[in-house]
Amino acid sequence: MSAVTVSDEHAASTKAKVIQPAWVRAMHWTNAFAMVLMIMSGWQIYNASPLFGFTFPRSITLGGWLAGGLLWHFAAMWLLMVNGLIYLVMGVVTGRFRKKLLPITPEGVISDTKAALTGKLSHDDLSRYNYVQKLLYAGIIVVGILIVLSGLALWKPVQLKYLAALFGGYEGARYVHFFCMAAIVAFMVVHVALALLVPKSLRAMIIGR
Amino acid sequence: MGRMRKLLIPGVDKTLLVRDAVKSMPDLTRRRFISGGASLGALTLLTGCDVTDSFSAEEMLKQVSKFNDGVQALMFNPNAMAPTFPESAITKPFPFNAYYDLDEAPEVDGKTWKLEVRGLVENKKSWTLDELYQLPQVKQVTRHICVEGWSAIGSWTGTPLRDFLKLVGADTRAKYVWFQCADKDGYNSPLDMPSALHAQTQMTFKFGDEILPRAYGFPMKIRVPTKLGFKNPKYVLSMEVTNDYKGGFWEDQGYNSFSGS
Repeated sequence: MSAVTVSDEHAASTKAKVIQPAWVRAMHWTNAFAMVLMIMSGWQIYNASPLFGFTFPRSITLGGWLAGGLLWHFAAMWLLMVNGLIYLVMGVVTGRFRKKLLPITPEGVISDTKAALTGKLSHDDLSRYNYVQKLLYAGIIVVGILIVLSGLALWKPVQLKYLAALFGGYEGARYVHFFCMAAIVAFMVVHVALALLVPKSLRAMIIGR
Repeated sequence: MGRMRKLLIPGVDKTLLVRDAVKSMPDLTRRRFISGGASLGALTLLTGCDVTDSFSAEEMLKQVSKFNDGVQALMFNPNAMAPTFPESAITKPFPFNAYYDLDEAPEVDGKTWKLEVRGLVENKKSWTLDELYQLPQVKQVTRHICVEGWSAIGSWTGTPLRDFLKLVGADTRAKYVWFQCADKDGYNSPLDMPSALHAQTQMTFKFGDEILPRAYGFPMKIRVPTKLGFKNPKYVLSMEVTNDYKGGFWEDQGYNSFSGS
């Protein structure tokens, strides 16, 4: 009887060790790949008619010229959208979003930010996100939804004119789309830096544990 | 299969659409994207002839672009009107935009110019400018959106293309109306029939209530507010109603052919 209990506990602890389930890992890296294609081709498109007084260096854009950038952008969008949609459905259906990202309290965010800045934030249990992570991960999902919706508004400002109107029309959607990109790039910089600082979190996103 | 046929859209080659749909299935796409990622460096050189790799990212992108033509044709709602604006919203000065400078823009003589009408139409008579000016005209203040990203609001006045197509007895079951223009190097562009029959698609003779100036396409441009700017040909010489996809100046260089707004 006791042997059975032990093996059960053993099984449970082995199971608990899986920090990132396979579907999360697959979609994370698919998304990362699609995002990089979208951002680099997006910079190419931006350069054709810059919103601000700068352009992106040609060497970090994709497609060679505007038409190539557009072809990449409107191809990679399918990968991004299909992957993103399945991710959102899975996140809700499996309860992952609720369990991992909620609740987010201002007190929690403030105290965890302080702890992070003073080097006291614990990374012992990677299966539980701290409040700063919860806020950033939930936030970037919202930004991800916004960038796709503003992108659709730019692509179809007539067929989807009510969606475009939500962003202040075609020109408004251009700015929303740009600032969402900026937010994602900023997130990626912080996200990659922190993953490298806590390498076992990177390992968990590759092999699951 | 009967159901499938109903789902298919005029203006889109059915065999191509099916082939594209098959090609866009997740597995194959992902594999191609991954192989594409393997030589991202080489792909940044994708300028039309630099890619020597055998897998050809370019071919894959072309196929997805054709698939996107089909998706956009499905999304196209003939009853969805492009937003209209008050005259006060008109962009001044409205930009001149072409692949050449303004002083190289075609100088068409309105007295000798004739609009040639070809292809699947009952009446192939050519039209003088005076004859065209007799047709009922409508004004629209709509947003012109360039493939480059910028946009500008303008006021265009002219005859709805669908009224003209009816007048000349065009076979509106044909797939395209193909326009040829006087621009240097020969500009041309195909317009899918559903877009050609859209209520706001116009044979434009006036900009801002005045005869279309040389900069904006005298003597006639085709205003299609449901399409990107390059699908709005200027300095039009002829139109041909056809089932053949004859390509276009920018379309052949890689811009998505449907390019609908």
